[in-house]
Amino acid sequence: MPRLSYLKALNRALGDEMDADESVFVMGEDMNFALTNVTAGFLQRFGPQRVLEMPLSEQGFTNFATGAAMAGRRPVVEFQIPFLLLLVFEQITNQANKFRLMSGGQTSVPVTYLMPASGVRTGWGAQHSDQPYSLFAHMGVKTVMPATPTDAYGLLITAIRDDDPVIFFGPLACMGVREDVDYADLLPIPLGEARLHRSGTDVTVVAVGQLVHDAIAVADELAGEVSVEVFDPRTIYPFDWAALAESLQRTGRLVVFDDGNRFAGLGAEVLATAAEQMHLVAAPRRISRPDAAIVGASPDLDAGLLPTRQQLTSAISAVLKG
Amino acid sequence: MTECQDIELEQSRRDSLYRTIRLIRRFEERCLDLVKSGDLVSGIHPCIGQEAVATGVAAALDGEDIMFSSHRGHGHFLAKGSDPSTFLAELLGRANGIDRGRGGSFHPSDFTRNIYNATGTVGHSAAIAAGAAWSVAQAGTGQVVTCFFGDGAVSQGALLEGFNLASLWRLPVIYICENNQYATSLPVGAAVAGTITGRGEAFGIPSVTVDGQDVEVVLAAMTGAVRRARAGDGPTLIEADTYRYFGHHTFEFKVRLDYRSEDELARWRCRDPLEIAAGRVSPQVRSEIDADVEAVLDEAVRFALDGARLDPADAQEYTYTTGPQPRAGAL
Repeated sequence: MPRLSYLKALNRALGDEMDADESVFVMGEDMNFALTNVTAGFLQRFGPQRVLEMPLSEQGFTNFATGAAMAGRRPVVEFQIPFLLLLVFEQITNQANKFRLMSGGQTSVPVTYLMPASGVRTGWGAQHSDQPYSLFAHMGVKTVMPATPTDAYGLLITAIRDDDPVIFFGPLACMGVREDVDYADLLPIPLGEARLHRSGTDVTVVAVGQLVHDAIAVADELAGEVSVEVFDPRTIYPFDWAALAESLQRTGRLVVFDDGNRFAGLGAEVLATAAEQMHLVAAPRRISRPDAAIVGASPDLDAGLLPTRQQLTSAISAVLKG
Repeated sequence: MTECQDIELEQSRRDSLYRTIRLIRRFEERCLDLVKSGDLVSGIHPCIGQEAVATGVAAALDGEDIMFSSHRGHGHFLAKGSDPSTFLAELLGRANGIDRGRGGSFHPSDFTRNIYNATGTVGHSAAIAAGAAWSVAQAGTGQVVTCFFGDGAVSQGALLEGFNLASLWRLPVIYICENNQYATSLPVGAAVAGTITGRGEAFGIPSVTVDGQDVEVVLAAMTGAVRRARAGDGPTLIEADTYRYFGHHTFEFKVRLDYRSEDELARWRCRDPLEIAAGRVSPQVRSEIDADVEAVLDEAVRFALDGARLDPADAQEYTYTTGPQPRAGAL
């Protein structure tokens, strides 16, 4: 059975969609050399009219994608660094994501933004290391962050086929994750469907991105002692609240393992919703980056900012006592 | 410099240009009444004084051509053929509005006329228009894309990024800067270093300044620009020198801003686009057109005021094409 890496899954999904649908094209920086390898081989395969090399002009080319989409194409915009999403926050949230509503349903803007989630590249600096996924969910932009190659394949296909703007975060820390797959099993995965990586009865751990793999490791470590359910929403927005409610019905205990900042982050949202509407027998916990986290200059300092397995283990024992 | 064609227009064409200018002028005056009566709640960015620009631009286009409007955009819509009744209903936020009340005066769109939108972030439509132009060029449809913005927009970096992409790939897009001399209260001389056409020329875009008060001058410049675009020769920038008679927005009726002199207003009113166009039609035709426009607008006002009010429960309809039902703000 072939070993498929996360990176290769992205390459395969994008290539498959470009084969299947002439209106799909990819644009971004350093396309001619496929710098990130996501588009490796595409220039030869699809030609320069469908693999658009862009000048260093992120606001311009993000808007360009919106116009191209309204005129009938399905752009996939590749960014190399997550902070660029802050530069194009306006273009995505205030332009692309509002045009359908503002037109009363006359138009759609089917753009996919393919974004490396930080994850983190050690020492790459404070301006290359944010995890802005909660911001886009807050603004109501469809946002996915798959953790495994199979999920990356299936959700990228779905993101491209979706008629609305979708942001796809692929954590850099996941790019090398490999899975044995039968290519025939690679299928589109609907937005908003969570996946249980481990079933459990004592506590539900909601983890996203590369933290899913840490959560699985912790669950395996605690096996026999604590029965941990590892819940990966895969889609940040829309979140699979029904599946979470079902999981908490079983466990009644919740820990969220979130790589974003604490204040008004994904962890805050999940805890608030669970507290309002779901079955909890103990006060829930969240592990996140601190408030105002500025990550990335020194591996030593980053250790004080990034969520750890140890923190997760402690939080699990705290909710079990609660 | 782009070529400015000297066109000898047929009289029926001149009558039609006058009619469009008259329609925009009277539509806007009706809007001012509806703002004062409280029916048009948002207020408007009146384009009275600038009607010849929209009219001359649209007259050079085919129905299939794509347009991106601006916040001061009512004239663009009417000139491109939007139905005055459903358009006015949109400004009033009614269910029978062209965008079902979701676009309003500031951000309407009309896909029946290929008007994609009027974005509120000044200057940002330049690259969106370039993207649309790229799509239609790739598809070989022969459509051209027009993109309106004001003098305020030329200080926006995003606009210049759009110019760069459009010129780099010789896209069929025509940029129209309606230089009405003020960005809200800021005179163009205090905001723009260099010149507006210099912005275009820096990117290798043929750029021209024309008299925006004379619809036939605008039409002549547009005719050349459209020919270039359809031939695959790339973008053009047209700076139309014009003036708005009223404030940036109707809130200026309440907040009296003293940034323009009476003399200046009077000077511009001497070159009123409506009267310039009227001078080219017979008095009899003029009075027939005027009466017809009033009848159309009487009907539009009736249609808009009779439009059903929208249900707050439907406020999030059309947010997404598929999928998520946004959660309510209160349980």
